[in-house]
Amino acid sequence: MNKIFIAVLTLWAIPTQADNWNTSVEAGLESRWFIQDARLPNQHSGVGLSLKLQPEFRYKSDDRKTQFALVPFLRYDAEDSERTHFDLREAYWRHIGDEWEVTAGVDKVFWGVAESRHLVDIINQTDLVEDIDQEDKLGQPMVSASTQKDWGAISLYWLPYFRERTFPGADGRLRTPLPVDNDRAQYESAAGQWHQDIALRYSHYFGDWDVGASYFRGTNREARLLPDNSGEWLLPNYDQIDQLGVDLQYTWEAWLLKVEGIYQKSRIDNFFATVAGFEYTFYQVAETSTDIGVLLEYQYDGRNAAAPATLADDDVFAGMRWSLNDTQDTAVLAGVAVDRHSGEQFYNIEAETRIGQNITAELRARFLTGSEPGESAFFVERDDYIQLSLSYHL
Amino acid sequence: MKKLIILAAVLFSIGVQAQTPEQKGFDIAARSDRSDRGFESSEVEMTMVLRNAAGTEIRRTLLTNTLEVPDESLGDKSLILFHTPVDVEGTALLSHAQILKPDNQWLFLPALKRTKRISSANKSGPFVGSEFAFEDFTAQELNKFTYKFLREEPCPQDASLTCDVVERYPAYKKSGYKKQVAWTDQKDYQVRQVEFYDRRGDKLKTLSLEDYREYPGNVWRTHKMVMVNHKTGKSTDLLYSDYKFKTGLADKDFKKGVLSSLR
Repeated sequence: MNKIFIAVLTLWAIPTQADNWNTSVEAGLESRWFIQDARLPNQHSGVGLSLKLQPEFRYKSDDRKTQFALVPFLRYDAEDSERTHFDLREAYWRHIGDEWEVTAGVDKVFWGVAESRHLVDIINQTDLVEDIDQEDKLGQPMVSASTQKDWGAISLYWLPYFRERTFPGADGRLRTPLPVDNDRAQYESAAGQWHQDIALRYSHYFGDWDVGASYFRGTNREARLLPDNSGEWLLPNYDQIDQLGVDLQYTWEAWLLKVEGIYQKSRIDNFFATVAGFEYTFYQVAETSTDIGVLLEYQYDGRNAAAPATLADDDVFAGMRWSLNDTQDTAVLAGVAVDRHSGEQFYNIEAETRIGQNITAELRARFLTGSEPGESAFFVERDDYIQLSLSYHL
Repeated sequence: MKKLIILAAVLFSIGVQAQTPEQKGFDIAARSDRSDRGFESSEVEMTMVLRNAAGTEIRRTLLTNTLEVPDESLGDKSLILFHTPVDVEGTALLSHAQILKPDNQWLFLPALKRTKRISSANKSGPFVGSEFAFEDFTAQELNKFTYKFLREEPCPQDASLTCDVVERYPAYKKSGYKKQVAWTDQKDYQVRQVEFYDRRGDKLKTLSLEDYREYPGNVWRTHKMVMVNHKTGKSTDLLYSDYKFKTGLADKDFKKGVLSSLR
């Protein structure tokens, strides 16, 4: 702890506070309380502590045409050694020319419109040990080029190196009955992690419509988990895929209507998946500053049993977003995804606020109920948790 | 020459007398709105001081880029980039103002690097927890209101100036206001004070616009705005640094695609 504190101070002292440089540090303390005892003998129970450190160094030239970013990330977890991990979230050089914007290095890219599932979003690998909601991503090495025309924006991506998904270790919670061996990943491509992936994206808006279309060819970010010869470990198997994606949003008054769809082709399966729904916001409820948004989304996924597993095969997500619109930016998002087939229910609550000027507090709670042995999420049935984190931003 | 001036003055005063209060109100607003025509684009750093009834302060700093759209039937474009509090650093809001239709707005969330089209129906909601509503920022276009001249009197902040007092009524949907009353000085044609009346017609807020400075091209800008909410006792100050004009910003700098590469 002492060392980390010193590290924070050192990093803070380095930056020259000139206009071109922008630096910040986030240091967070997180406690995760698993409510039930673990199902497997070597998994930890009770409260687990972890630390997060994320400095950010950003440079912008006077003419704003050249940018540089360096964002290392460190998570130290006292209970699960596989959750202790380091990553470069961002480390890129960018040039913004008159016609083209070029980025080289490690960056993060988000595509899509839906809230309950990010289907078309495929550039970055999911940092699964960081959070099971799949919204935390590993930095992706890339060279990308974008151009803006009157008829829309085109982006091209060359992704020369593949990032493996992070899976919890044998001591960790929220894992499969057999642990995943992160060091023995299998690849369809002989090039392994060096398979050269490519992607293409079109994005624009027409009045109230926002549209996106994308194509990806390369290593699937999702893995099939297959037992090894000993039968004691699962190995991640990464296949080559072609994926077409479309995302659409129609914005009308307080309504946001959204749909995302993908068609994915591999040696294992060809399938279609979609997530579609709406968000409607009641502004200034009962003459307060509070807004309440209501979300409803349907998730369909047509993949077969051999493909990488998903929970979102035939599910309805219903949620509520509660924004206080106060000076502390207090907001709560609560939702439940119900599997129409098995009746499994996955509850998710996220609440955040700011304390003073530099500290943020966040509460996350995740519960699974109604899962029976043999059903898709049963292995995490005893992994309900409540997580409280405090972060200091400098 | 002298005769001409007198003639012009007589004609002008006749014209004024023949005007309806509505027409005169519009003319005063139009003269004010058009006084900074031709600024093309601007960049300014702003500090927002948000104060609750007990006096506790929170500060937000942000950069605002504006692109003038000369056609009065279209609105200006603006881009707001937040610096502090540090946890929201990099958050950005892009607005394409429209006159009577809802504005087009996109929000950029840096943690996910996600650009989100958001609803602009929330005209009367507070902007980032401040006493300013979204419409207080976006509804500065001339044709978003209808007008009615009330009277002239010494300006509230500076009695050496004479102000025209004009009522204005939102012509766009979903406004939180029944009406606003604006004090515009007769020397530089700048708005000095605005009172906001809620949908019931009760006085809700008062905005004072202070520290006007003149930039080349006869462009005036306030450098301190104070919004006081009479119902809650809360207030928000907007403190502006020096403006930069004609900075070379163009339409392409206000496309939704730029949000992910602002910093």
